[in-house]
Amino acid sequence: MNHLKLSFRMLRRDWRAGELNVLVLALIIAVSGMTTVGFFAERVELALTRESNQLLGADLLVISSRPLPDTYADEASRLGLTISSLTKFPSMISDGENNLLTEIKAVTEGYPLRGRIYLASRSSMSRAEQPEITIADTIPQPGTIWVDEKVMTRLDLKANDVVDVGAAQLTVTELVVREPDHSVGFINMGARAMINASDLLETDLIQEGSRVSYQLLVAGEVKAVQQFRDWIKPQLTKAQRVEGIRDARPEIKAALERAEKFLSLAALASVVLAAAAIALAVRRFTQRHLDGCAVMRSLGASQQQLFHLYWYYFTALGVIASAIGCLIGFAAQQILTHWLIGIVDTALPWPSWLPALQGLLVGLVLLVGFALPPVLNLRSVPALRVLRRDIGLSNTHSLAGYLLGLVTLSLLFIWKAQDLKLGLYIVTGFVSAIIIFGCLGWLLIKVLSGLRHQAGGAWRYGLASIYRRAISSVLQAVALGLGLMALLVLTLIQNDLIDDWHASLPPNAPNHFLVNIQVDQVQSLQEFFQQYEIEPPPMYPMVKGRLVKINGKNVSPKSYKDDLHAERHIRREFNLTWADELSSDNQIVQGAWWNTGTHEAELSIEEGIAKTIRVKLGDELTYDIAGSHFTAKITSVRKVDWDTFKANFFVVVPPGLLDNYPASFVTSFYVPPAEISMIHELVRTFPSILVVDVAMVINQVQQMIQQVSQAIEFVFLFTLLGGFAVLYAAIAATQDERIYEAAIFRTLGARREQLSRAWAAEFAILGGLAGLFASAGASALAYVISKHVLHFDYTFNPWIWVVGTLTGMIGVLVAGLLGTRSALSSPPLLTLRKIG
Amino acid sequence: MLDNDVNQPILWTHALTKQVNTGDTQLTILQDIDLQVNAGEAVAIIGASGSGKSTLLGLLAGLDLPTAGKVHLDAIDIFTLDEDSRAALRGKILGFVFQSFQLLPALTATENVMLPLELSQQNKNAEAIARKLLERVGLAKRLNHYPKQLSGGEQQRVAIARAFATDPKLLLADEPTGNLDSATGIQIIDLMFELNREHGTTLVLVTHDEALSRRCSRQIRLADGKLVP
Repeated sequence: MNHLKLSFRMLRRDWRAGELNVLVLALIIAVSGMTTVGFFAERVELALTRESNQLLGADLLVISSRPLPDTYADEASRLGLTISSLTKFPSMISDGENNLLTEIKAVTEGYPLRGRIYLASRSSMSRAEQPEITIADTIPQPGTIWVDEKVMTRLDLKANDVVDVGAAQLTVTELVVREPDHSVGFINMGARAMINASDLLETDLIQEGSRVSYQLLVAGEVKAVQQFRDWIKPQLTKAQRVEGIRDARPEIKAALERAEKFLSLAALASVVLAAAAIALAVRRFTQRHLDGCAVMRSLGASQQQLFHLYWYYFTALGVIASAIGCLIGFAAQQILTHWLIGIVDTALPWPSWLPALQGLLVGLVLLVGFALPPVLNLRSVPALRVLRRDIGLSNTHSLAGYLLGLVTLSLLFIWKAQDLKLGLYIVTGFVSAIIIFGCLGWLLIKVLSGLRHQAGGAWRYGLASIYRRAISSVLQAVALGLGLMALLVLTLIQNDLIDDWHASLPPNAPNHFLVNIQVDQVQSLQEFFQQYEIEPPPMYPMVKGRLVKINGKNVSPKSYKDDLHAERHIRREFNLTWADELSSDNQIVQGAWWNTGTHEAELSIEEGIAKTIRVKLGDELTYDIAGSHFTAKITSVRKVDWDTFKANFFVVVPPGLLDNYPASFVTSFYVPPAEISMIHELVRTFPSILVVDVAMVINQVQQMIQQVSQAIEFVFLFTLLGGFAVLYAAIAATQDERIYEAAIFRTLGARREQLSRAWAAEFAILGGLAGLFASAGASALAYVISKHVLHFDYTFNPWIWVVGTLTGMIGVLVAGLLGTRSALSSPPLLTLRKIG
Repeated sequence: MLDNDVNQPILWTHALTKQVNTGDTQLTILQDIDLQVNAGEAVAIIGASGSGKSTLLGLLAGLDLPTAGKVHLDAIDIFTLDEDSRAALRGKILGFVFQSFQLLPALTATENVMLPLELSQQNKNAEAIARKLLERVGLAKRLNHYPKQLSGGEQQRVAIARAFATDPKLLLADEPTGNLDSATGIQIIDLMFELNREHGTTLVLVTHDEALSRRCSRQIRLADGKLVP
């Protein structure tokens, strides 16, 4: 017997006869759902990264305090990347009468490589009303200077005024409203101006010892950028560093990483759904092939021959169905992308072929893991079945078979999650869910069927049917429960994730910071706020100190020679603050917050910095504050939510301890765009206070969050489609039995409505059970994932039980009744003769 | 059933024809069947395998639709009714015994017998009636067994009990012994005729077994889809 030929012939015949519809459809939906998510997530991720790179002005920056060697730019060009460079330094700008310390940025052609420079139109430079915004299509011409609002205001400039920058005289031509820059932070947020790099020499400002930052900007294909990053890393000297958006902005990094994790969760959910759908569909397949196998066995086929037959059969089936799934996935993703272009500003970059490959592989793995084991059991069907049709297969075989499926699925999870922890959480979650759901389902079905004699007509038949197919009913409830659980987990996390983002950045999130407020200005500043009818924001004290001793031992940057990050922290001054109460976005992870009114020398440190400088609870830190030493013991370690734009500090001490040290204050508040004139007034009234405008960054992050939220909702739709596949497979799995049941019922005089009621009862019980399981599982899993993987506080939602159970009940009921309509209308005689 | 008027036809057909399409050709399974069964009669429809016996039985019960012709059941032209009304009519006046028993595997013996009673909602004592009938067919100890746990003969007893549960006017039996060994077959047939007598039911029996057909008061012969005079 030529097995290969025979199995292909069997496959062709079954395919044509529609025997494989359910299995193929489950597989196609699964693979296409997954590849769509895969392709789409990859493209959105690329687009989001690129979009956030607009804040940076490039995909990658090489930053140095000394001029960068030409080899860097050469290598970048060789890799096909576009480059530009900028030189940044502080200098005085003078209009002849007044001087203003300004951060000058000398840029070369092409700047910025990502994002744009927004200018106020010349006519509105008199800033009488809301300026009209234009986008710069070039950089400042030699001999000109572009300035920002602060320079404009403080030096009271008009268009075409001439200013002195070092030895050069430059004409003010544009007012910059917004520009990409990575260093939007506390440190250098004074006035800003932009000149052409060719004027740099003329200014004569760059001297030996000047505080200059030289930057090489690089942008291009993701792969090339990564190649460049890999190439340059080992070449970097101590004075040089590389920054991508993730290095530069922690809040964007956090948002992006969460979005990525969520999208991979969505893809994983569709894998679970696929597995469940296939596990269900394959039951019908084995049922339908029992007779054929029995006949082949009675005709002398060996178990090995049947094994080969089905192995080839399923491999071919897997390849074909997965390939179709991949094609559909790609097409769906194209449509989605097309549709989404209006939402994501930038053109989405082209995806790689990896998701297709993954889809193909996943399809095969799912088929081999979940379909093949029970199908291979077919080989042990007793030949006696040709005579006694009631002889079937024992269920223990197929239960053991699913074990292989679970193992392959687990491996798949860990691989797809690309995060061992996330993968393990999900695998553990789903495996325990299967075990618990299975046992509980079995028990519940036993108990419920005991009640059937007390139940009325339709319920009795519903319960009887469930009980008769106990194993298959449990399997269905578990599969449906898992599917629904995956959907619920995603819904719960999705909502929480989006809410959490929005909560961390509400529409009135502080968009201005005031730094360097002196003690004697606090009172008048508060009065100033009252004048503008703004609630005076809380002022945080800030004392600058350098860490000099840990547990009495001297530390210096040299102590952290092997860790550049730590070295930078030691070199810098820490901002120390005091507080009576723990800030709401902080969380104690070790130790305890102090009692109000304590005079103990204790401090609370942020967990990240504690790890970096290698200190722990109980260590004693000594800071040099303006020449004198301040020592305190670490009594608590805090987790700080850096993706909020609130003022946060690495080190906090109890009030009173720092009273004798020079302190300044910092505060943040929200100013609506329409009332920006208040800031001009503030700048004029308090010239020494540094005003930091983060409105642009906040806008960009808010916009990004909006886009990520939408992307997540779209991807979720596909997971939902996977859910329908499970539902369809679950209904189709018992279709044959139902058609038979319907024939007998109708022969015995049942009206459609009576039969529908009996089935409705069965579907409602099954769906309710699945919904109940799903709610329990989803609550637990969402809690674990939120807390340990996505890192945000999860709030238990009692409604999920109601929603989950009802969704399961109604979903299965509606789908079941729709799916069994044809069984209701097929003529009874036909069925009875086919089966009898 | 003493109210059955012996001379009144409970079932008659007129020019009953069934054709099916098999690819390009049209196959005639039954052609112009005219027959009449009076109340209280026991009629055997006999013929070789493939002669159209079972198709005829299905049409008589309204389980399938004819290509042409009429079936009157208890003076009702059944093909003017919709499927649901036909089902209701079946539930009211017909009983069935099939070659392959056709019990619902999900239900116990008692529940299977109760099924037609519950479907027609005509009797509140469904369970008591079912028990009594099962005791009558000798299955008092098998009340709560599932079909899978019963032998072929026992399953057919359950099917017979089910057929008589609603006290039907007409019992249709399709090769009732076809799946049974001969000894069991004889017992089953004896049981069926006994119950038929007890309930005063009209019987239409489809079989290829000449000996069995002779136990009926009249034989109708089918060959190639036509009645043989």
